[in-house]
Amino acid sequence: MALSVDEAVPGPASDPTPHARRRTGGGSRARAVIEGGLLLLLAVAMLFPVLWMVETSIKDGRDVYAVPAQFIGFDATLDHYRDVFVKPGGGRSDLSVAFLNSVIVAGASTALATLLGVPAAWAYSRFTLKAKKDQLFFILSTRFMPPVVVVIPIFLMYRDLGLINTKLGLVLIYTAFNVPFTIWMMKGFIDEVPAEYEDAAMLDGYSRFQAFYKVTLPLLVPGIAATAVFALIFSWNEFVFAIFLTSSSDVRTAPPAIAGLIGGTTVDWGLVAASAVVFALPVLVFTYLVRKHLVAGVTLGAVRR
Amino acid sequence: MGTVSAQGLRKSFGDVQALNDVTLEVPDGSFFVVLGPSGAGKTTTLRALAGLERLDAGTVHLDGRDATHDPPAARDLAMVFQSYALYPRQTAFENIASPLRARKAPADEIRTAVAQVAELLHIERLLDRRPAQMSGGEMQRVALARALVRRPRAFLMDEPLTNLDLKLRVEMRTELTRIHRSLGGTFVYVTNDQVEALSMADHLAVLRDGTVQQVGTPTEVYERPANKWVAGFVGSPRISLLACHAEGDQLIGAEGWKLPRPQWATAEDGRPLLLGLRAEDLSVERRSDVALDGELYGLEPLGDRALVDVKIGDAMVKVKARPTVTGTRGERMSVAVDLDRAHLFDADTGLALAGTGR
Ligand SMILES: Nc1ncnc2c1ncn2[C@@H]1O[C@H](COP(=O)(O)OP(=O)(O)OP(=O)(O)O)[C@@H](O)[C@H]1O
Ligand SMILES: [Mg+2]
Repeated sequence: MALSVDEAVPGPASDPTPHARRRTGGGSRARAVIEGGLLLLLAVAMLFPVLWMVETSIKDGRDVYAVPAQFIGFDATLDHYRDVFVKPGGGRSDLSVAFLNSVIVAGASTALATLLGVPAAWAYSRFTLKAKKDQLFFILSTRFMPPVVVVIPIFLMYRDLGLINTKLGLVLIYTAFNVPFTIWMMKGFIDEVPAEYEDAAMLDGYSRFQAFYKVTLPLLVPGIAATAVFALIFSWNEFVFAIFLTSSSDVRTAPPAIAGLIGGTTVDWGLVAASAVVFALPVLVFTYLVRKHLVAGVTLGAVRR
Repeated sequence: MGTVSAQGLRKSFGDVQALNDVTLEVPDGSFFVVLGPSGAGKTTTLRALAGLERLDAGTVHLDGRDATHDPPAARDLAMVFQSYALYPRQTAFENIASPLRARKAPADEIRTAVAQVAELLHIERLLDRRPAQMSGGEMQRVALARALVRRPRAFLMDEPLTNLDLKLRVEMRTELTRIHRSLGGTFVYVTNDQVEALSMADHLAVLRDGTVQQVGTPTEVYERPANKWVAGFVGSPRISLLACHAEGDQLIGAEGWKLPRPQWATAEDGRPLLLGLRAEDLSVERRSDVALDGELYGLEPLGDRALVDVKIGDAMVKVKARPTVTGTRGERMSVAVDLDRAHLFDADTGLALAGTGR
C-alpha cells in the first residue's frame, strides 16, 4: 500500500523508514534508476541557463547569434570580460564602478544589520519582554511585503530627505530589510546556547554584557556567518530598490547596471553574459567558503550544548 | 562574614508558582541544606539568592545588607549549577580559572589556586580537557572546582553530587563536609537526596511546592517532623502512617487496634489522626504490651538488616529487624511499638500535634 506510493513518488514527502526501505528488496534498483534519472533531468534544467550564460560570455559576437547554436567548437575569447572592467577607450568602465558600488552597499548593509540584529536577537532570546511574541511577529511582518509595494513611499521619503541616488540610501534600506531577518535567524541560534553559560559567567564576576561577549558570542560565530551570508546575498541581488532609488552610474549597483545593458538598438549579449558571470561569482565563492556553516546554520545544529 | 538571608521570596513562571513566600536565614559559616523533591523550587531559590531571577516579591540580604537589586557579579557568591554550565570552548583549567580571571587575579596566583583545587577534587589529569571530553561526573567535579577556587561570601550548590556514582558520591560527601570544616565559609546546598541532606547539613530546610515546610537541624527535622509530608519525605524506609483517633486514654486505630494514648497527644477525642511510626521504632523481635497485631506480608533482607512488611488490617507498616529474622507469609505477628518515639498528625491539616516527640 504505502510502499508502492513511496516507490512511485521519490522526494521529501515519501520519507520511507529504513525499515520500509529494507523490505523493498528488488524494487530498490528500479527506484535508484528513477531517482537518478529525475535528479539528472532536474540538474540539466537548472544548470542549462548557467552553462549558456558562461558560453555566451566567452563567445565572439558573431558566434552568439550563430544558427544553429554551437555548444563546442567556437573560438573562445575573454574580450567581454575585459570590457566589463575597462572602457573601450581605456579607464574604468561604468560596470566596474557598479560592481564596486555593490560591494560597498552589500558589505555595509550586511555589517550594519549584523551589528544591530545580533544584540537585538540576544535580547529577545534572553529577556522577558512585554508582548515578546507580538513584537517578533511585527518585526517579521516587515518582510511580508515585497519591495515593489513600499518602493513608492520610500522613494518619496528619500526625495525629501535627500537620500535619493545615494549609496547611503541603499545601505539604509537594505539594512532595514536585513535586520528582521538577522533577528529571527540569530534568535534561533542564541536560543540553542544555554542561558546558564551567561549566568555562570555573571557569578564569576562578569557583567551581563561581558558574559554575552565572552561566553556566548564565540559560540555564535557559525550562526553569524550563515546569517551574514544570507543578508549579503539579499543585498547583492536586490534589484527593485536599486533601480528606483538610484539613477546615476556612479551610485548604481550591479543589478540595475547589468539590466541597463539590455535595451539599446543592439544588445551586446557577450558583455551581458560576462557581467552576469562576474556578478554571480562572489556569491558562489562566498557560499562555498561558508558552506559548512550554512548547512550547520540551516539545521540549527551549529552549537554544541 | 557570610550570612545569607531571604525574606518572603515569591516567583512565578506563568501559571506555576515556583516560590511561594520562601524565607531562609543562613547563618555565617553554616552548611545549610535545602531539601525537596523535584520541582519544589530549589533551583529557583538558589538562582534568586544569586541574583539570576527577577523576583515578584521578597528581599535578599547578604551580610545584613539589602542586595535584592545587586547584579550577580556584585554579590560575591559562587554557584555550582545543576547543569554544570561549564563553558564548552574552554578547558577545565580555563573554566576553573574563570572566576579569578574575571576578578583580574595575577596569572601565577591563578595557576596555584587552580592546581590546589584540582588536587582537592582529584581532577588534575582533566585540566587540559574540554567539557565535551569529560564524563558527567568529571564535569560535575570541574564545576565544583570552579566554585571552590575562590573564597566567596557563600557557596551555592545545586545538586552537585547527583551525577556521581555511589562510591564517589559517598566519598565526595565526606570530602565536601571536610572542605567546609577546613575552609569555613557558608554553604547553601540543594539536594533531593534526604540521606545527603541528613548527613551533611548543620541546618536543614525542607521545601515543597515553593513553600518551606520546616527549618531545623537534621535531628530536629527527623525526630520532630512538622507535618506528615515532611515525615514521609525525610527518612528511609518511609514512615508508616496509620489512621486512628484518640478516645479517653486510648488510641483506636481504623483497623480496630488499640494502643495507650501518649501523654502529649492533646487532640480532642474522636478527631481523625495519623499515627506515624518509623521502621526503627517498631520491632517484631521485642515482646511488649504496647503492640499491634498483624500478619507477615513480606521480608526484604538488606544485608545488615531486614525490612519486614506487616499488615495491620488493611494498612501496612514497615519494621526494621535483624537480618536473621525469618517467617512465612500470612504468619501472625505482634509488632512492638516504641510510643515515646511515635508521631501523631492531624489527619485533616497534616500538621504534627503540638508536643509530638519527647
Ligand atoms: N524558566 C522557567 N520557566 C517556567 N517554569 C519554570 C522555570 N524554571 C522553573 N520553573 C518551574 O518552577 C518550579 C520549580 O522549579 P525548580 O527548577 O526550582 O525546581 P527544583 O526544585 O530545582 O527541581 P529539580 O530537583 O528537578 O531540579 C517547577 O514547577 C518548574 O517547572
Ligand atoms: Mg533544580
